[in-house]
Order: sequence, then C-alpha cells, then structure tokens
Amino acid sequence: MGKLTIPQEELMSSGHIGCLGCGATLAMRYLLKALGKRTMVTIPAGCIAIMSGIYPRSFLKVPLLDVAFETTAASASGIRAALDAKGIKDVYVVGFGGDGGTADIGIQALSGTAERGDNIIYVMYDNEAYMNTGIQRSGATPFGAWTTTTPVGTTGYFKKRPKKNMVEIMVAHDIPYAATASVAYPEDFVKKVQKAKDMDGTKFFHVFSPCPTGWRYSPEMTIQIGVLAFQTTVFPMYEVVNGVYRVTKKPAKRKPVTDYIKLQGRFKHLDDETIDIIQKNVDRNWEMLLAKAEFTKKFAE
Amino acid sequence: MPMDVMTGNSAQAYGAKLARAEVVAAYPITPQTTVVEKLADLVASGEMKTQYIKVESEHSAMAACIAASATGARAYTATAAHGLALMHEMLIWAAGSRLPIVMGNINRAMAPPWSVWADYQDSIAERDTGWMQFYCQSSQEVLDTVIQAYRVAENHDILIPAMVMEDAFYLSHTFEPVDVPPQKDVDDFLPPYDPPIKLDVDNPVGLWALVPPDHYMEFRFKIAKAMEDSRKVIQEVDEEWEKKFGRSHGGLVERYRMEDADAAIIAAGTMSSTARVAIDNMRDKGKKVGLARLRVFRPFPFEEIRQIAKEVDSIGVLDRSYTFGHGGAFYTETAGALYRAPERPHVKNYVIGIGGRDIPPKDIEEILEKVLTKEDGGEVEWFGVRTSGSKEVN
Repeated sequence: MGKLTIPQEELMSSGHIGCLGCGATLAMRYLLKALGKRTMVTIPAGCIAIMSGIYPRSFLKVPLLDVAFETTAASASGIRAALDAKGIKDVYVVGFGGDGGTADIGIQALSGTAERGDNIIYVMYDNEAYMNTGIQRSGATPFGAWTTTTPVGTTGYFKKRPKKNMVEIMVAHDIPYAATASVAYPEDFVKKVQKAKDMDGTKFFHVFSPCPTGWRYSPEMTIQIGVLAFQTTVFPMYEVVNGVYRVTKKPAKRKPVTDYIKLQGRFKHLDDETIDIIQKNVDRNWEMLLAKAEFTKKFAE
Repeated sequence: MPMDVMTGNSAQAYGAKLARAEVVAAYPITPQTTVVEKLADLVASGEMKTQYIKVESEHSAMAACIAASATGARAYTATAAHGLALMHEMLIWAAGSRLPIVMGNINRAMAPPWSVWADYQDSIAERDTGWMQFYCQSSQEVLDTVIQAYRVAENHDILIPAMVMEDAFYLSHTFEPVDVPPQKDVDDFLPPYDPPIKLDVDNPVGLWALVPPDHYMEFRFKIAKAMEDSRKVIQEVDEEWEKKFGRSHGGLVERYRMEDADAAIIAAGTMSSTARVAIDNMRDKGKKVGLARLRVFRPFPFEEIRQIAKEVDSIGVLDRSYTFGHGGAFYTETAGALYRAPERPHVKNYVIGIGGRDIPPKDIEEILEKVLTKEDGGEVEWFGVRTSGSKEVN
C-alpha cells in the first residue's frame, strides 16, 4: 500500500453549500492542506464566495476576505504589503478565483501583481464558465462547448474559440512558478503547492475543477472526468519553473478526446467533424508542450 | 516659526508620511502625479517607512488599500478625476468594509472633452459612496487634514474612509508656506491604527460574505449612523488640533466676516480664498457680506448651514460641479437643509469655474451684488457661461 502524502489536517469545513460533485471545493481543500493554517485567503465573487457560507458563517479555518470580482490579485498584494509592514513573514497569502474572475475580469490586476512579483500564491479554479451566475461562457470555456450564452440553438452557436491559456500568460510575466493541477490528482497538486509555496514572488496554479452542474454530467463522475481530461491530454499536467517546462505526469497511452467529450452534455451537439478539430488541437497542444519541455530543459538551473 | 514652502500635492505626501501610512498603493494621474512622485522620493530616501505598491490601475490601488487596511495596516492613496471614477466600486467596498483609509483626491474635471483642470464633478459623483469628504483651501490645510482625517476615520465609533480634496493646479501645483509639525507631535496626536477586527491567522475570521436581507439593512444603517456621528468627531479633532498645533481649519464650516452680514455665499476649496478678497472689497464699500466655506461636504453640515440661514437674508451657493437634472450638489443639499429651518432666506445657485475656468474676485463681487439684491429669476445660473440664450437652466 502506498504512503499517504496529503496532510490530514482539514482547514475547510464540511457543510459548505457547493453543488454535489463540485470540483472547486476540492481545490480549496487540498490547497489549504498543502499550505497549513498560517495562511490568509482572499476570494472574489464566484461560486467559492457563495459556498463559503452565508453571513455570519465561514467555511475556512483561516482568515478569509471576500473582495470585488476583479480585485483578487490586487487584494492579495494588499494583504502581503500589510503583513510586510507589520514584519509578519511566515504567513502564506492566497488569491483564489474562478476562471472568469481570473482569465477575464481579474486578469489586469493579476498581471500587475505578477509583474511586480508580489509574494503571493494565486489559484485559478477552472470550471470553464461563469458557473455561479448560471453557466455563461468565459475566456476559459473550451472550443465547442455549450453554455447559456453559447446556447448552440439551430445555428451551431457554440463557442468557436479555444480557451485562453493562463499558464502561458503567467509564464510570460517571468514568475518563478506556474503549474497546472487537477482535483482528480490531489497528491500531484499538493506536491506542487509544497514545492512552490516558499519561492519568492508570484506563484500561479491553474486547477482543473470539473463542474457537474455546468458541464452536464452526473455529480459522482467529477474525478472520472478529471482523470479523462488528463488521459486525453485535454488538460495536461505540467509545471514551469523559472521558464523551464516539465511535464509532471504523462498518460501511459493517450486516449481519444471523444472518451472525455461523450460523457458531458455540454458537448452533445458536436458532430464528428467538430470533434476531429478538437482532437487535432489537443494533439498539437500536447506536442508543443513536449517540445517546450525538451527545448527549455537546458535552461534549468 | 520656520516654514517650508510646498505645493498642495507635497502637502498630501508629507501628511501621509507624518501619519506613518504603512501601505501606499497608488497609480499616477494628472494632476495627482506629484503626490506619488513625492511619496516615492520619501521612500527612496528612507525618510518614509511604507510598503509602496505601484499598482496597474486606480481600481487596484483601492483594492490593495482595502485589503491592507483589513489586515490592520494604515493605508493611503491619492488620485483624481477618472482615477476616482474607476475606483467607484471600490469606494463603496471600502466604506462598506468600515475601513479608515485616507485618500487624496485632486479635483479635476471629467472627460469628455478632455480636461485636466479643476472642478468637483469627480468627487461630487462619489457623494453616496460612504466616504467623508474634506475640501481644502491651502497646502497647510491639506497636510493637517490628512492627519486629522486618519484620527477621525480610525475612531472606533466612526470607521469610515475619508477623501481629502485639493483643487487641480490652483492648489496641487501652487507653492505655499507650510508648517510641517514635528513627527513626535503628530505621533502624540495620532496613535497607531488599532482596528477592532482584522485578518489574523491566530484569530481567523471571514469578512464580507453574502448577507441575506435579514441583516444587510443593519450594516447600511450602521454606516449611516457613523457618518452622522462623524460631525462631532470632525469638530472635536479640529479643536484638539488647534490646541496642539495652534491652527484650526474651521471644523465643518469655516465662517468669514459673517458678523452682521446681510448676505452670504457658500463655497469650497480655493475659490474661498478669492471670495475673501471679494468680500473685503465689498465690505470696504459698506456692503455687509460674508462667506461660509464648506470644508466638509460629507457628512453634510446641515446644522451650520441652518445657523447661517438664521443670520442672513440671502444666500448664493457657488458650485464648481453640476448634477445634471437640477442644480449643483452644494446648492441642492443647502436648499434641502433649509427646508426644515424656521426661517428660509432667499437662495440661488451659481455654477462657476467649471473645467478650471478662472474665478477672479470681480466675478464673486458680481455674484455677491446679485445675492444682496435677492436677484429674481431662475434657481440656477451658469455664471459666466458663453451662450446666446439664458444662463439660467431652471
């Protein structure tokens, strides 16, 4: 039997009001296990702000600051500055936003924080749409997906552009650490957080967080969906340390994207031709990632 | 007493330094830029110990100040016009969070068309955000008010943020003699910020979660109450300042030659200095006129305004901004305050100096003549506007 590497301490309470099978709650839970209780968290509008409980309750056993939608990173910077002013050095500061709050409305503040190199950890829990407001498309919604603002209709009005690549955007800011992770692989996620948490500067995590409500699958399949996203390399697992790419986990044999797509109602309108476009894009992205890992290897310190 | 010579913007920066602001988050905008530059110089020289976050927008400036203040640090920023407008959401957030942030705002007209010159449209548009608003007339008042504002805002019965206004260029870039008080005296006057609640890993709390209708109204009522209560604290703090530093700025409303006045004008900011010259000229001619300078617009000093209404027969309210639809804000608030006054004088609104248009003493003398004669006609005149039709809008 393998050894459990995930810390046992629970810093997120049960009894939150997330949906059954919510991936984002797992992201928060594992993140806090990796960081421990000397952590402060700031969250913007989004699913997580609602799940955290209605006043006067809170679902975290660490300080939690609710902030405006587009201000997660700037708020984390402000907390860090205050801690620095007080000479408090042993506290992790986390900004924890959804894909809309990060890749869309919050990207300006995040870019500012990363460019300044503020010493914070930013986690984007990615459920690939504005789920809290009722499944509207975001910049992180994948090509082909149905949402309530890409409702397919009778004209094929689904999302026609690929999702924004947030890790690449963050790598372009010359930050010490950026990585993908998935709630389906908590040990990998925890390990990455523990590796990065004491690096000086802005650390970024893109955490794949399947959403049964918005993706139209049954709640017990969240982990299975996450596993298939990895096995098909729809969502590959890698890290970028000071610009050097490393694939942290490779599937033994890549599965076809249909295995992932066919389980989700949000893709049910796609014909074979469109699925083929998705497959080609996934193939290309995977090959590019492997090439980047190969090419940047020589720059490792 | 040896005096320094500095601009209003330097006075903002020295005010923040003397207040020992622990976190500054700011973004440059004309005509505030020399505030952020001076702060950077003070940090670079080691004179000022602060965590200075050079944010990528004013929105983030206020967001960072909010988070820093919620973590227990004294926070300062400064902005102007479009920067203030961009902050709008976060201004409401700061007040709703009950955080005693102090911000300099260099009053500048709003575009379009582009203007960098003085008027109050920017801060008047933020009237309802829950911030105290101080309008200054001198560099000395700017420096003193930044420190006073922290003292008022950090009072545990108040805990609402404060804006300290200066007129673009007329004050922001004009050099004036300023007495910079010794740090020790300021420290005695303004002890370190001691928040009743803050983010603390040893005592974790969750702040600003969703509040159902059962509780939201009480949160709002408490802000309303704190704003009302701030009147007394502002007055007391200015009086205590006078005792310690030998100068008062008039509390909420500063009166000038109001003794035996028949008519008064209500004005704010640097045009008040001009008005004093105009009033002296008029007094020399035997005309009994005076000035009530609105130093504080939020909370609105309705008691002081009602008192003035008791003393004069006619009031002219000078607004350097306009609330499209009906009158300038100083006017509508004054008129509103007077509705419950036992005696109501003649009141008329003069919109003046929009977009930095110069206000020479002769213009104010002309207005004072109109006020003395209780000029009839409409309620609101755009004084000096070039138009082929009437200058009165209603």
